[in-house]
Amino acid sequence: MSGPKQHDVQFTVNGKTETVSVAPRTSLADALRESLGLTGTHIGCEHGVCGACTVLIEGKPMRSCLMFAVQAEGAAITTIEGIGEANAPHPLQRAFNECHGLHCGFCTPGMIVTLSAFLRENLKPTAADVREAISGNLCMCTGYQNIVKSALRAAELIEESKP
Amino acid sequence: MKPAPFQYVAAESVEHAIALLTEHGPNAKLIAGGQSLVPMMNFRLARPDWLIDINRISNLAGIRVEGNTLRIGSMTRYADLEASDTVRRHAPLLGLILPHIAHAAIRNRGTVGGSVCHADPAAEMPVAMLALDAVFEVRGPVGTRRIAANDFFLGQMTTAIEADEILTAIDLPVARAEDAAGFSEFARRRGDFALASAAVVLRLAGDQLTDHVRIAVGGLSERPMRARGAEALLAGWNAEPALIERAAREAANEVDAGSDLHATESYRRHLVQTQVKLALTAALERTRLAGAKR
Repeated sequence: MSGPKQHDVQFTVNGKTETVSVAPRTSLADALRESLGLTGTHIGCEHGVCGACTVLIEGKPMRSCLMFAVQAEGAAITTIEGIGEANAPHPLQRAFNECHGLHCGFCTPGMIVTLSAFLRENLKPTAADVREAISGNLCMCTGYQNIVKSALRAAELIEESKP
Repeated sequence: MKPAPFQYVAAESVEHAIALLTEHGPNAKLIAGGQSLVPMMNFRLARPDWLIDINRISNLAGIRVEGNTLRIGSMTRYADLEASDTVRRHAPLLGLILPHIAHAAIRNRGTVGGSVCHADPAAEMPVAMLALDAVFEVRGPVGTRRIAANDFFLGQMTTAIEADEILTAIDLPVARAEDAAGFSEFARRRGDFALASAAVVLRLAGDQLTDHVRIAVGGLSERPMRARGAEALLAGWNAEPALIERAAREAANEVDAGSDLHATESYRRHLVQTQVKLALTAALERTRLAGAKR
């Protein structure tokens, strides 16, 4: 028996044009991980609750487990790999390091991707604003205290880096 | 979990989507934002043979005012409703409920039409549609139908839309200056579906309520519903605290409520009484503040 037809899908990931050949049922998260080797996007619950798979699509945080890769034709996608690099970390990545914003690290990519969009629009957030922003991202280790601290510290770092 | 295999096609227009629905039959499913459908597919509660993607039909999204009607395209995403001054001005109730719908990342992708067609009895949008007297415009192979919200939600995840039809737009009467809206829900965690929710719209004449009183509740049984007894109690009266108490009690008694693993029937009735009272009180408080400003 032949399965459903494969689709060739083209989109940009972290600024680079990519083409993947996927079955319709392949989630965007699986395509990023399996076809492109971008394993920074984590897959937790696969039903949109945990937030670990959050990526930016046209700059907006979305669940890559709730989108099929075939639907992303033409989209501009940013994953955690596109947020910062080891030698040029994003202020959020520096702050998470400095403030111990992670234990096991499973939720961290989703947290940072979500917060990166949030901090673009909220320059001086309060702790309550941060908690609301990450209300769709679950962390089983930290109790969130240091994640909130990290986000607030990142807002400071962004502010300080301005000329 | 991963969904069962399916075939995928992106519809280019509403006509194309209807033709595809007709061609592939009842085991084809439209996908809008997918924020409810994909979880159901991943749990294998839904196993469509064909998925017809309507995300590329650009004229299905949009918000505009036509005379006394606020017209919202079915593919309008929650985040775009949230960002819209037009929505806040002409349907203040929607502005109140949107922050309660899941989380920002879900609202960036989820659509208003997807939510009402999915018709989860605990979802916020169907409750708001009842309180706002929404009219749904549905297109199929034989033409266009308009369905009032009261006739739309038939049961657990069941609406009046036929398998070969597509929801194209939602019409809401624009709110008047003398209208007041309120919303309250009880959910176990931020962003969860409600165990009980209440959306109200009141029209006032001075200090008095007119007979335009809408109280819609959700999360209690297989579909959202109006609490008509409670509405009748309030219509034409001064909204005093004692009367609000009575209306909330009436609502709790008259609506259908069921037990499941999340809550018992009696707990749900208790919760809905509280939510109706809170929603009514918030609506009246808002009119008082607006009145003081004038």
